[in-house]
Amino acid sequence: MAIDAATVRKVARLARIAEPQDRLEPLASELSGILNWIEQLNEVDTEGVEPMTTAIAMPLPMREDEVTDGGDPARVLANAPKTKDGFFVVPKVVE
Amino acid sequence: MGELTSLTLKAALDGLAAKQFSAAELTQAHVEAVEAARALNAYVLETPEKALAMARASDERRAKGAAGPLEGAPLGVKDLFCTEGVRSTAGSKILGDFQPTYESTVTANLWRDGAVMLGKLNMDEFAMGSSNETSAFGPVVSPWRTQGGNAKLTPGGSSGGSAAAVAAELCLGATATDTGGSIRQPAAFTGTVGVKPTYGRCSRWGIVAFASSLDQAGPIARNVEDAAILLKSMAGHDPKDSTSLPVETPDFPAFVGRSVKGLKVGVPREYRVEGMPVEIDRLWEQGVAWLKAAGCEIVEVSLPHTKYALPAYYIVAPAEASSNLARYDGMRYGLRVEGGNLTETYEATRAAGFGAEVKRRILIGAYVLSAGYYDAYYLKALKVRRRIADDFDQAFQNVDALLTPTAPSAAFSLGEKSDDPVAMYLNDIFTVTVNLAGLPGISVPAGTDAAGLPLGLQLIGRALDEGTLFSLAGALEQAADFRAKPEKWW
Repeated sequence: MAIDAATVRKVARLARIAEPQDRLEPLASELSGILNWIEQLNEVDTEGVEPMTTAIAMPLPMREDEVTDGGDPARVLANAPKTKDGFFVVPKVVE
Repeated sequence: MGELTSLTLKAALDGLAAKQFSAAELTQAHVEAVEAARALNAYVLETPEKALAMARASDERRAKGAAGPLEGAPLGVKDLFCTEGVRSTAGSKILGDFQPTYESTVTANLWRDGAVMLGKLNMDEFAMGSSNETSAFGPVVSPWRTQGGNAKLTPGGSSGGSAAAVAAELCLGATATDTGGSIRQPAAFTGTVGVKPTYGRCSRWGIVAFASSLDQAGPIARNVEDAAILLKSMAGHDPKDSTSLPVETPDFPAFVGRSVKGLKVGVPREYRVEGMPVEIDRLWEQGVAWLKAAGCEIVEVSLPHTKYALPAYYIVAPAEASSNLARYDGMRYGLRVEGGNLTETYEATRAAGFGAEVKRRILIGAYVLSAGYYDAYYLKALKVRRRIADDFDQAFQNVDALLTPTAPSAAFSLGEKSDDPVAMYLNDIFTVTVNLAGLPGISVPAGTDAAGLPLGLQLIGRALDEGTLFSLAGALEQAADFRAKPEKWW
């Protein structure tokens, strides 16, 4: 299926990646090429096939619900672009 | 001291145990080799001071009689592994100068066993690539060249730095990761041994995530025995990774050299693809003959959904990647590019921080997961994935392992395929099936092409049966007697 520039803009918005106007057409053509190649999956009969969501069939292990880590804000904040008084500083979320 | 870097890991460990040299001497020799090989761009960060401090500590432990299984062995670490206090970038600008405050489980296991870290190895950005050309640090140049040629070749990818460093003797072995072939294809391109273990054998904790249901860590080494030694240390159950298998780690090195007499090895007919160089077909035939001579029974098998593995992978992996890479939002670590509001800051940060291939895959992933396309693409791919895994289950009813080529060609020139995403993706045609099914695979150098470049054969095993693979790989290695080395030009 072919993807057009408008779809690229929409998907880029969903993915939170700014794509300049002049990249939309080239990206549409690249992504269409890849998706056309992927289309061959439609040749496979998957009627009644259970989707495979994990590489190894194993139930997720459970553990006691207890605190095993934390209490170390300095390490948590060590790589932050901006901090103040032990908090992350981020742009305003609610206008 | 130059010859110390030419030792196998096993020979170096024996030499250390026999006090023929110290860990400090062995490490110093490697530090010098790494410095002299910057033209290869294999290391994105050299940590000579840390390496020498670790080596001195190792010598002290040995003197006290407390030597671990990897005591004093200098290794390289793919930059996808978080290393405490040492910059970890995943080959991306978006992580900037990220210095983890924790250590990945796999690398922690290596240091627990006495190994020494030489530095961090170059790789495709977020492990997305088959030639190392998507790295924000520029491509690794393979130590190999065609006979009489001087074109720059790819070491493969995404673990290109790991493979090049092992081949060029810039470490005794290296950690790597494999999501679609990123350990085995570079191993094949560089004449080294690469192991992608069973999904869940090695903990993923502290490894930067690409596609979580496919990612698996493993070693790249100079021979099969070294790979077995490294994997034994790297593997093991880890409660911090919910997909880490709660199983004992076998004594992998003990499997190397065992007789393979009576083992049944399958040859999947669907791996004979159009346009494959005749040399690869011939090498595959040769591999069959070697295993026959070693007493294996060879059986033709069918894996009918093989050709659908790559297209299924290019839905599953980008879908998981688009979700995993959502964490790079510029708020808590890494790059932040300020915009007019929160959304613009996200968008500007990610536009500046991610490279072209990573963006392409995030966009594909976001697209196939988006409303209206989820069933047609993502769910369809998961069903095809099940078909592929079922093919292997069927085959393993009758055989103990499978023998295939590792890659459809020898190493190509840098720049040769970087303009055509699908042509690049086809590199993983023989390796990606194994990731989708969660199985173990190993690539063994088995010969060279007419230009003198290495070619690899791949063995695929049942889940958790790396032991049989190490025995078969040992038999192939012995028969192939691969001794070619890159001529030093760097």
